[in-house]
Amino acid sequence: MFIMNEELRNLSLSGHVGFDSLPDQLVNKSTSQGFCFNILCVGETGIGKSTLMDTLFNTKFESDPATHNEPGVRLKARSYELQESNVRLKLTIVDTVGFGDQINKDDSYKPIVEYIDAQFEAYLQEELKIKRSLFNYHDTRIHACLYFIAPTGHSLKSLDLVTMKKLDSKVNIIPIIAKADTIAKNELHKFKSKIMSELVSNGVQIYQFPTDEETVAEINATMSVHLPFAVVGSTEEVKIGNKMAKARQYPWGVVQVENENHCDFVKLREMLIRVNMEDLREQTHTRHYELYRRCKLEEMGFKDTDPDSKPFSLQETYEAKRNEFLGELQKKEEEMRQMFVMRVKEKEAELKEAEKELHEKFDLLKRTHQEEKKKVEDKKKELEEEVNNFQKKKAAAQLLQSQAQQSGAQQTKKDKDKKNSPWLCTE
Amino acid sequence: MDPLRQSPSPSSSRASSPRTLPCEMLGYVGIEAVLDQLKIKAMKMGFEFNIMVVGQSGLGKSTMVNTLFKSKMWKSTMLGLGVPTPQTLQLQSVTHVIEESGVKLKLTVTDTPGFGDQINNDKCWDPILGYINEQYEQYLQEEILITRQRHIPDTRVHCCVYFVPPTGHCLRPLDIEFLQRLCRTVNVVPVIARADSLTIEEREAFRHRVIWAPGTSLGSVGVWRGGECTGGLRSPVCGPQIQENLKTHGIEVYPQKCLDEDVNDKVLNSKIRERIPFAVVGADREHIVNGRCVLGRKTKWGIIEVENMAHCEFPLLRDLLIRSHLQDLKDITHNVHYENYRIFRLNESHVLPRGPGWVNLAPAPASVPAPAGPQATPGPPKVCRWAKDNSDEEF
Repeated sequence: MFIMNEELRNLSLSGHVGFDSLPDQLVNKSTSQGFCFNILCVGETGIGKSTLMDTLFNTKFESDPATHNEPGVRLKARSYELQESNVRLKLTIVDTVGFGDQINKDDSYKPIVEYIDAQFEAYLQEELKIKRSLFNYHDTRIHACLYFIAPTGHSLKSLDLVTMKKLDSKVNIIPIIAKADTIAKNELHKFKSKIMSELVSNGVQIYQFPTDEETVAEINATMSVHLPFAVVGSTEEVKIGNKMAKARQYPWGVVQVENENHCDFVKLREMLIRVNMEDLREQTHTRHYELYRRCKLEEMGFKDTDPDSKPFSLQETYEAKRNEFLGELQKKEEEMRQMFVMRVKEKEAELKEAEKELHEKFDLLKRTHQEEKKKVEDKKKELEEEVNNFQKKKAAAQLLQSQAQQSGAQQTKKDKDKKNSPWLCTE
Repeated sequence: MDPLRQSPSPSSSRASSPRTLPCEMLGYVGIEAVLDQLKIKAMKMGFEFNIMVVGQSGLGKSTMVNTLFKSKMWKSTMLGLGVPTPQTLQLQSVTHVIEESGVKLKLTVTDTPGFGDQINNDKCWDPILGYINEQYEQYLQEEILITRQRHIPDTRVHCCVYFVPPTGHCLRPLDIEFLQRLCRTVNVVPVIARADSLTIEEREAFRHRVIWAPGTSLGSVGVWRGGECTGGLRSPVCGPQIQENLKTHGIEVYPQKCLDEDVNDKVLNSKIRERIPFAVVGADREHIVNGRCVLGRKTKWGIIEVENMAHCEFPLLRDLLIRSHLQDLKDITHNVHYENYRIFRLNESHVLPRGPGWVNLAPAPASVPAPAGPQATPGPPKVCRWAKDNSDEEF
């Protein structure tokens, strides 16, 4: 069987074929399947994570504010189904509860990293299954991480730096300055540049808005200048002019959420949802997930090429691993069996010992018993003899007694006779 | 504990499993912009489509491909002129990049000259099946690499167009054998080739034919004419002939009934299924008819217009393959056929059943057999359990 492949050529069409409907076909497929989007919000308690989510998605996600007494950081995930025209979105918002509250924050980043890895792991497991269903798998991998920076006005906290450094290779980080209405405009500019320079000098890789696509390059480029976005969140509406707008009312003025002069909320919404949602998902899948997968598989001992740089196939490695594992299993089985045999022997010996002892005891007892019996027999004999003697004596005694009695009676009779004899009449 | 499958228990680090709650948005958020983002990304990356045409020589396969894509796919379209019939089945692939309205499509057409041309056509489907499975194998190997490419090049055959000669009777044993084997591995679209040798009635009869119920008097033959049965009828049981053949032998051609997702799909696909197989005519010459320039075949008794629905059903085929179901063909190939192949490969060297999660790949065997009765996970849409486990039909 020969397959002849000719080189790729561009061909001109002499009429309308109709495959320009392909993007629409693709979009229709995706719409019927629905989309998944997962956002992780990392920030201290009370910094405004839930409010910002509510503001971003124009709704009220049910959640109770967390206390400051959490013993450690834990992650709380909630999923919501949103629908806009014909697009169904399965949105999952993951919150870091208790972040920044502990006195010792050394391990604060660990639960976050573990959670992100766990989602990658779940996807990897599904991908490695034999019978898998990836096309309707509920993707829980984190697509975007919003890192809430406290509005101190100075610089990043060391906790922020450490956490972001740990997360930058696992997730798309978008840093934002929370509660930005507490910073004045001039301070804000300095704050932003300080943060960005700190991130760069510490080698933290935040999410880069894609600039390779002509349609979005421009808007992405202009927006990335404003990173980190200084946001204000609010679900309450205030009457401004003749319209109701989301805002925060202070005695000294009203901060409008959707006013670009007041804060960068609109920019965040544009970047996160309207322009780059698909790119965030793609980056997560093709970069972060692949990295995780590569590390995990290498950890498990798989390689693509062996030291002689001959391509190793995954299957050979699997075979080798399997044989190795089976060998180990067999060895362990042998060991266990031997140990078992030994134990059995020991127990047998013990039992034999015990048996012997018992026998001896039994013999001893028997002998003792015999002796006792003999003694008792002897005694019995003696006793019988004595009894016999006694009987004899008794018999003899009785005889004597009866004789004596007889003679006595005779005597008495004699006496009586004597008395009664004439001889005894005394006149 | 199996070290290969050991993974950190995520229960400790996984947050409480989320229930999905429906939520109302009180204003416009802009989520639907994701559709545009998708479109832009897809247009930038371009599309790929691989089609295979199978049939005996002289049935007009190359012409059909040229007509479908309105371009000269093949260097020489004149078959039989100095081109000797190949002694063995050879597969030829041609790849082109075509563009329309900004949409780039990398089209690969695989031809099978020599199919069914020999005297002994036993096992002539082997090279074809081998080729299809080889593409799946390539994709699988790419997919299981540690460091894999961002976008795995897709050479898997998305659609196989099978040309049925216009005998007017029924499917030949060769056709049935081939279709049975192929419909489990790839999407098959059968077409009646060179349909210009059949009249409209004959076409319908080829597709639909009156099948007499037993016990009727012989000698009275009913003819299916233009939608009505005339002639001595007792109890005609009308059934589609080719369609009947297909059903009898358990051949599920595209669009597969079990893969219909929802009501809309069912309705649309049932309409298509009623018309299968399409009676097509291929032509790559243009003629002037009534002042219009049309593609057609010119004969002494008239011009057969290819794109005229009254003349032949080529527009239906074109619409199915390109305009409406191209993405669907690709999806089914990826989600169903490729997955079945993957399951088959991963299960191959199982001596004892190991359990659902065990992955154990053995080196690919020298001759790749067709997967035996593919099983796919039930329940979710676009995947079905192939109810008829035709394992007794393997070679």
